[in-house]
Amino acid sequence: MFPSAFEYHRPSSVQEAVQLLANNPEAKVLAGGHSLLPAMKLRLAAPAALVDIGRIPGLRGIQVSGDGSVVIGALTTYLDLLDSGELRQGYPIIAETANVVGDPHVRARGTLGGSLAHCDPAADFTAVMLALNASVKAVGTGGERIIPVDDLFVGLLTTSLNPDEIITEIHLPAVGGRKLGMAYEKHAHPASGYAVVGVAAVIEIDGNTAKSVRIGVTGAPEYAKRATAAENALTGQQLTADAIAQAANVATEGLGELNGDVYASPEYRAHLVRVMTRRALTRAAGLS
Amino acid sequence: MVTAVEAPDRLFGKAIKRREDPRLITGAGSFLDDIKLPGMTHAVLVRSPYAHARIRRIDTSAAEKMPGVLGVFTGQDFMDVNPLPAAWQAAGVKNNAVTPRVLAVNEVHQVGDPVAVVVAEDRYLARDAADAVVVEYDPLPVVVDAKKATEPGAPQLHEEAPNNIVLEWTCGKDEATVDAALEQSEVRVSSHLINQRLIPTAIEPRGSIGKYDPATDEYTLWATSQAPHVHRLLLGAFVLGVPEQKIRVISPDIGGGFGSKIFLYYDMPLVLALSKKLGGRPVKFFEDRSENYLTTTHGRDHITDIEIGATRDGKITALKVKTYANLGAYFSTVAAGIPTTLYGRMLAGCYKIPAIHCKVIAAYTNTAMVDAYRGAGRPEAAYVIERVCDLVAQATGVDPAEVRRRNFIQPEDFPYDTGVGMLPYDSGDYEKALNRALELVGYEQLRQEQKARRERGDSKLLGIGLSSYVEVCGIAPSKWIGLPGEGWGAGLWESANVRVHLTGKVVVTTGSLPHGQGHETTFAQLVADELGIPYEDVEIQHSDTLGTPFGFGTYGSRSLAVGGVAIYRSLQKIKEKAKKLAAHLLEAAEEDIVFENGKFYVKGSPDSAKTFADIALAAHVAYDLPPGMEPYLDETTYYDPPNCTFPFGTHVCVVEVDRDTGEVKLLRYVAVDDVGNVVNPLIVDGQIHGGIAQGLAQALYEGAVYNDDGQLVTGTLESYAAPKAHMVPTYELDRTVTPSPTNPLGVKGAGEAGTIAATPAVANAVIDAVSHLGITHLDMPLTPERIWNAINQAARS
Repeated sequence: MFPSAFEYHRPSSVQEAVQLLANNPEAKVLAGGHSLLPAMKLRLAAPAALVDIGRIPGLRGIQVSGDGSVVIGALTTYLDLLDSGELRQGYPIIAETANVVGDPHVRARGTLGGSLAHCDPAADFTAVMLALNASVKAVGTGGERIIPVDDLFVGLLTTSLNPDEIITEIHLPAVGGRKLGMAYEKHAHPASGYAVVGVAAVIEIDGNTAKSVRIGVTGAPEYAKRATAAENALTGQQLTADAIAQAANVATEGLGELNGDVYASPEYRAHLVRVMTRRALTRAAGLS
Repeated sequence: MVTAVEAPDRLFGKAIKRREDPRLITGAGSFLDDIKLPGMTHAVLVRSPYAHARIRRIDTSAAEKMPGVLGVFTGQDFMDVNPLPAAWQAAGVKNNAVTPRVLAVNEVHQVGDPVAVVVAEDRYLARDAADAVVVEYDPLPVVVDAKKATEPGAPQLHEEAPNNIVLEWTCGKDEATVDAALEQSEVRVSSHLINQRLIPTAIEPRGSIGKYDPATDEYTLWATSQAPHVHRLLLGAFVLGVPEQKIRVISPDIGGGFGSKIFLYYDMPLVLALSKKLGGRPVKFFEDRSENYLTTTHGRDHITDIEIGATRDGKITALKVKTYANLGAYFSTVAAGIPTTLYGRMLAGCYKIPAIHCKVIAAYTNTAMVDAYRGAGRPEAAYVIERVCDLVAQATGVDPAEVRRRNFIQPEDFPYDTGVGMLPYDSGDYEKALNRALELVGYEQLRQEQKARRERGDSKLLGIGLSSYVEVCGIAPSKWIGLPGEGWGAGLWESANVRVHLTGKVVVTTGSLPHGQGHETTFAQLVADELGIPYEDVEIQHSDTLGTPFGFGTYGSRSLAVGGVAIYRSLQKIKEKAKKLAAHLLEAAEEDIVFENGKFYVKGSPDSAKTFADIALAAHVAYDLPPGMEPYLDETTYYDPPNCTFPFGTHVCVVEVDRDTGEVKLLRYVAVDDVGNVVNPLIVDGQIHGGIAQGLAQALYEGAVYNDDGQLVTGTLESYAAPKAHMVPTYELDRTVTPSPTNPLGVKGAGEAGTIAATPAVANAVIDAVSHLGITHLDMPLTPERIWNAINQAARS
């Protein structure tokens, strides 16, 4: 439980932070620290330097616009998400998910931006942000850009961020006049609390029909991915128990090879993906 | 006959809050890692990444040159320190018991075996330098499974133990008799049970600080120890060859032990020897959680085959048990006694079983050592016999509650000899506890609901699990536990000194000590109640070999039933002397003196009373004592119990199994325990709560897993599922009270009851939920996947 020696930097602006990252290729960004610090204590990670962005002003908070679009600061904690009444109006799935992340300590310290940038294969919000069609604002020495979450996660613990880029904001699209149904289903690991399987479903409901469907799956695939086969199967369909069951049956298609460990085999994870996709879609459709 | 205590105005039996808690829960306790001594140095161990290997070369040169490093040592530097002793030599283990040395020499036998130690000015520097020690190994073949370890061709761990066998032991009737009884049985059932390996997971890991004083040639050890006197004895006489009186052992506040801190570990002599090498600078070793998981003792790990004979109406007629017990890479301090005396001899449970034969084969494997873990043998035994009851129920169609009822030892049968070599059970009323538990849970209604759900094909399967347990506590009469060849060649009595200061304030020193049990509260209640003085006037001191009488420590739910009785006896001696002195001062005959509510008076004249404090003062100032009386009120007792105590009860667990996913939801948990008389019901409830949490965690969550290379796959709290608050249900507790006739307090012991009872209650509930699908047994932990697979398999066949 004793990390290797490292340099510690505490920049006061994003510009300073990204410059530090550019100058220290072996540096890691420290936000809430709930993934990085345990890894360092186990000496699984030994970064030469930490760039602590935790006290940079303006990176924490939630803004909801009149059209329902949302900007969430990268340093916003799970507890902030859980406590936001405004966010619950259009995006109740966020509080629902924040409530099942880790434990109270993790929720008080862990940040949404940190979770997305770390891209843990068993994180909760990776799946939820995929289902919500979110995007992130990334700032680097070369300027800033918007990355759809669809393009952010590219591998195990790997994102499309450049080494000198920091996520500063998470953007959720406008709700407008749309009727969105959403739900997150999770089978938590009894030791870690991470998702053995987590499925987030968001349905745009038009009358009784699924106008569009987005499903994010975490825990089972190598990294959080969309269950596009299931999305396609349900899109344009009447929201019936049968239609949902048929979509759920193909939920693992396209997810690639699934994870397995002593707690749950790939076969069992696949089964859970199907069951939990069905349950998430059922709740999102308002059928339960 | 001791009668049940029912006196609401007495301190004995009162649910007062623990006096320890304000200190402990506000962070004001002093645990081992809080201790900082002047000039203290830090030791970090270099540990083997291999489960079995020959050490080819250790190069410490780079590490020695690193900043702050005071020394780097290997096993060769400690050849003058003996291996740790095998203290409990049950089943004749002494010739092949291979115990750890302070550092491994030539070979390593488990991942985490220490091969070198770095001492540095701080722990970070020590850790950095430990990473710089270069060790070359020649890996050897590995075996992690106890049964496979005994098979021909298995990798061999130690020359002294051919086929890796530590001991082979039997108890009960001879095999042929039990085979014949099985043959003649109307119903026969067999099963294969795995009682999986567990990691104790005390919230505080282990550690030790050694300090050698070159001026006096004395050693002081601070250690996370459940038994400081025993550790002093073993360190002095067996390991270091230092006279016992030159060693002092102190246990600071201990953050839980569950048995894992009973044992002598290599770091204890290591830090003492290192301090001597460093000219007396104190050396601290404190393991991190990963080291705790790898190298502090584990529990359970049995592979068992059972054959059961029964009548068609559910009476058990014969039981044959064969168990492979995994003892890990080396012999831990009392490892032999756990799968023998505390397991085999408890296999009858609460039942009259005419023919039992048990064979235990204990083996070395390339895994962490296995020794006592909360319950220590009794949970394994309770698991076997309570699974037996449900298997008989399932095979005969007799309700599981009724199977238990038909086999119970009856209240009039006590003292009862179960025929497997245990001391006679002291007292019990098993059916009363069962009936109360069934009434509390609403058993009949639940069975009806279960039937209804099954009939309508509900995807939420209801399961009801029973566990009627009995265990052995208050360990132990020395002439039994100390039997050469069977026991550990030493007593298990306990000590108490009661000293009354001249102000009437009382200080008790005891050889038992807390690591979460609340001794300071319970013992103070006992003293205040007995002497009729304010609770605040009583101080309980413990945990330091300097200033406490020799005692064997705290484990086996023995503190109250043995240590508490030692206090009680000293109090009687104090009272007797005080009464003599009161008679002298009141100028009355001793037999006319009444002692009541802390006052002595002549029968009929309560107005001219002497208070306890008056007598204490008179005894102290000593200018007017009866002829021949020594000054001071100060009495010591070494109490050796005539028998163990046998708490019992019935736990009922109600679960819902999700047919789609195999997930288990705990709906209800009812526990009716009989721990004899209760001094502090709040503390007993707390013990039962914690015990159940650990017991149900074995059933549902916990399991230490090694891969074939001997790597601990569940090596952190991220992969090993110790129970958290949200994973346990609300407990519904009740008690029956059957005082133990063994001791004058009528107490039995409560520290392990919950753990022993809960595992089979929960396992039986889950299996009950799926039994209508044709499933008769499932191994623990009952993870969703395991249940889901079983349901699928049952559906296919």
